[in-house]
Parts: sequence; structure tokens; C-alpha cells
Amino acid sequence: MIVRGATGIFVLLITGLFIELFVNSLPSIRQFGLSFLWTSEWNPVTERFGALPFIYGTVVSSLIALALAAGVGILGAAFLAEFAPRYIAIPLGFLIELLAAVPSVVYGLWGLFALAPAMQHYIEPALQRYLGFLPIFAGPGYGVGLLTAAFILAIIIVPTIIAISRDLLQAVPSELREAMFALRATRWDAFKMAVLPYARPGIFGACILGLGRALGETIATTMVIGNRPAISMSLFAPSYTLSSVIANEFTEATTSVYLSALIELGLVLFLISVVVNSLARLLMRAVFGAVGRK
Amino acid sequence: MTRIDHATRRRLWGAIGVFGTALCAGTAAVLLLLILGYVVRQGVGAIDVPFLTQVPHPVGVPGGGVANGIVGSLIIVGIATIVAIPIGVLTGIYLALFGRGKFPDLVRFMSDVLSGIPSIAIGLFAYTLLVQPFGHFSAVSAAFAFMVMMLPIIVRATEGAIDSVPNTVYESALALGSSTYASIIRAVLPAARPAIVTGLLLAIARVTGETAPLLFTAFGSQFWVLNPFRPMAELSLQIFTYALSPYESWHQQAWAGALLLILAVFMLNLIARLAFARRTGI
Repeated sequence: MIVRGATGIFVLLITGLFIELFVNSLPSIRQFGLSFLWTSEWNPVTERFGALPFIYGTVVSSLIALALAAGVGILGAAFLAEFAPRYIAIPLGFLIELLAAVPSVVYGLWGLFALAPAMQHYIEPALQRYLGFLPIFAGPGYGVGLLTAAFILAIIIVPTIIAISRDLLQAVPSELREAMFALRATRWDAFKMAVLPYARPGIFGACILGLGRALGETIATTMVIGNRPAISMSLFAPSYTLSSVIANEFTEATTSVYLSALIELGLVLFLISVVVNSLARLLMRAVFGAVGRK
Repeated sequence: MTRIDHATRRRLWGAIGVFGTALCAGTAAVLLLLILGYVVRQGVGAIDVPFLTQVPHPVGVPGGGVANGIVGSLIIVGIATIVAIPIGVLTGIYLALFGRGKFPDLVRFMSDVLSGIPSIAIGLFAYTLLVQPFGHFSAVSAAFAFMVMMLPIIVRATEGAIDSVPNTVYESALALGSSTYASIIRAVLPAARPAIVTGLLLAIARVTGETAPLLFTAFGSQFWVLNPFRPMAELSLQIFTYALSPYESWHQQAWAGALLLILAVFMLNLIARLAFARRTGI
């Protein structure tokens, strides 16, 4: 059965991905154990490797990106699915899908040459003037840093959240809306009180999926986050992520422990993505499944 | 002070809410136009014949182009597509036809999760499997990484396409005396083809412009390389390298390359939707 054979290859590739990453991380796992995850020294000369600054940079930049993108994404999706007339919803939806198709290296280029200078000269000084008493907005702004990376990541994940949330909202049975209209509800009330609660777990899933995309994004982050392995309270400070340190240092790794430590960073990233994506899929399935879609 | 009655107040709040959602959708669209406009303005001046036909010049020598990168992208994506089609389409057929039970559900779930695995982790997989054992970077290792990234999109598109073909098509073919396989190949697959092609084009668009896994698979090159077992130049990789270089002329070329890349990806998306729309009438 040729179709079974192809499926076998497909499954083999996915399991092989995990096994290869795990096996090649073993030298690093043996040497550093679990302390790899919470020590913050990254020194190729003394061969001391700890992943904490990268885990911090990855998680914090992605969470800020999600906070910025979630509201815009969900409400934007509501406009496309619930309120916009067809002749606006279709072209606008297509435009937003194109936004999702822009390669991340292009976002990185724009972030580096257009957004970073704007951050340095206008946005960061303004934030510091009015909110500088908060430690997260203290210190000098360099343009490149954690906040700029979070902005770029937010732009990258907004179309994902919009597209999936729109599909989810459209899958909500129209009886719910009609029942609300029968009670003389406005379209907004119907959306807020009937449609949104029904789709909520799925939309939560869409946001988690966006978070997963931000966690794994490499090139755009590498270009604007500043690439410094340090944990700082200030969001203006340069930071580093799991994926960007792999991108920057992998071809320069000279010793086998160094190489193995970088692959273990990849393994950590892989495991985080598996957890995040599984959660997202389960949540989305709850809504699509309820209306009889796979 | 005039009193506003309950219904009017709700209508007012409703209007404000709808306006807010329009603003959010508009913001996303405006961002796209803003970025697009910026790339076009910066890049359009640097696209000329030498840019499209020459290989990169050494630093300090003016001129040069990204022709080797364009050809490299085509070769790498081409190899990835050729390998991904049979594995992806056949797995999709399996899921559509024998898709009940624990194992197919597991395959579906793994496929969905794979589509969310960061490309750089897949690049590491390609490195340990196809670069390390051979001792040098190569275009085929990059193609392997791209193939793995394309598979989940093709698998789910194929399954969805076959699911949407009415069962009567399959049953009619059986009733006319064809075997199970002939019915699938001659009757069901042709009906499902437009949707499968759409998924395939979207999969190609997804990996075109993907840079992260190339850093340690294709690696890049300043020369004409057509041998897929050697390190090879690739357009998005050139954009990345040029952008981070300190040279103004390379920045120019990075913008021009970004414009080319965006045009290619948008064309793929447009063709995918048109191909789908023509047959299904959406």
C-alpha cells in the first residue's frame, strides 16, 4: 500500500526530528544537566553554557507581542466576520492574508532600517518621558532591543490571529445571532453576548498559535533585538532569543560541546513549540469540532 | 441635559464597537501598505539588468547582482517541491480515505503540530542528518528542511480537497466497474485537483523567503553554483547578509532583493487563490 508507505515516511520524519535533536543534545545534557535551563553564563571560551537569558528574551518578547497583537487581531477578525459588508470584507481579508505571506527577512529589513530609528528617536524617548518611573521603561534607548523585537513580532502574528479568528467566528452557527436579533439585540450586542462567548476557546487557541509563531520567529528578531545575552529589567535594552543565538553562532561553533549546547537550545525551542501548538490545536478543535468541522 | 433612552444608548455603543473593530482591521491593512510602500520606494531604484543577471561583486567593487541567489532559490525550492509532492499528497490521500481511528488522528495531530515547529529547529534537523555526516554544507540539505516545512500544508490541503469531493463521485466510479485505486486516481483526484494545487502553491509560498534554516544548510555562496551537493547562494539569505553588512551599496541590494521576494510570494498567493476560485466559483 503506497499511501501507507508515504504516511510512514511522514511519521518517521516528525519523530526523527525529535530524536535527532535529542541525540545531538546529549553531550550538552550530560555535562550541564538541568542547570542548563536556569544558569545565565554563556561563555564559549570556558565552555560554560546556560540558556536562561535566551529563554527570558524569547518568552518576554513573544508575550509582549501577543499582548499588543491579541486585541487588534480579535477585533479585526470580528469586523471581517461580523460587521463588514462583503465588498469590504473580501478584499480587506485578502490584504491581511498577504501580510501573513510577507517573508520574515523583509520584516527584519524594515524593522532594522525603518522601525528601529523611529523607536530610538521618537517612541522610546516619549515612553521614557511619560512612563520613565517604571523600571521597564528606564535606561537609554538604542533603537534595537527587546521592545522593538516585540513590535515586529506583533506585526508578524496579527494576520495569523485575524485569519484564524475570522474562520472561527464564521463557523459559529447563525441561530445564535438570530436568537439575539429576535430579542431586539443590536449586531454588536449579538456579537458580544452570543458569538464571542461561543468562539472564545478557539480564539484563545488562535492567540496561542500566534504566540507559538512569535516564539519560533528567527530572522526578524535576530535583526532587531540587539543580540546581547543579558537579562535586563528595561525593555529598551538589547536582548537575545533562543532562535537568534542559534542563527548567529551555529556556524561559528568550534567545539563539540558548544555545538551540542546550541542544538540543545533548539531542543528547548522545539519542546516549547510542541506544548504551545498542542494546546492551541486542542482549543481550536473544541470550537470547530462543536460545529462539525475537522 | 437630555435623557437618552435605553435603545438609543445601546445602538450608540454598538456603533462605537463596530467602528473600533473596523479601526483594528484597518490598522493591519495600513501596516501592510506602509511596509510595502517602504520596500518599493527603497528597492525599485536598485533593480536593473546587472542586478538580475550578475553574481555579487567583491566588497568595494561597484555593481554586481543576485542572479546566483535567484537561481539558487529556484533550485532549492524546486527540489523540495518535487520530493514533498508525493509524500504529502499520498499521506493526504491516506488520511482522507482511511482516516478513522487512533493512528490517523495521531498523524493529523502531529502534522498540525509540525506546522508550528520553528523553521530553525527543522534546519538543525537537516544539519545533523545531511550536513554533519558529509562534512560540508549543501543545497540538498536546505531542500530537505524546506520539504519538511511544506509537508503539513500539503497533507492537510490534500485531505481537505478529497473530503470536499462528494462521495457519489467515488461510488459512481465503483458502480461503473473500476477498482478502488482506479476510482481514486481517475475520478476522485481530478475533482480534488484545484484545491490540492492551491495548497501546494501556498506551501511553496511559505518556504520561499524562509531564511533561518538556510544559515547552516545552504550556507550561501558568492559564486555561480549549480551543483546541489555544494553550498549554494539563496536570495533571502543574501538579503539577510547584505542588510547586516556595513556597506550602503549592499543595503540598496538588500532592499531590491526584498522587493523581488515580496513580488514572488504575492504572485504565488494570487495564483493560488485564482486557481482555486476559477473551479469552485468562490
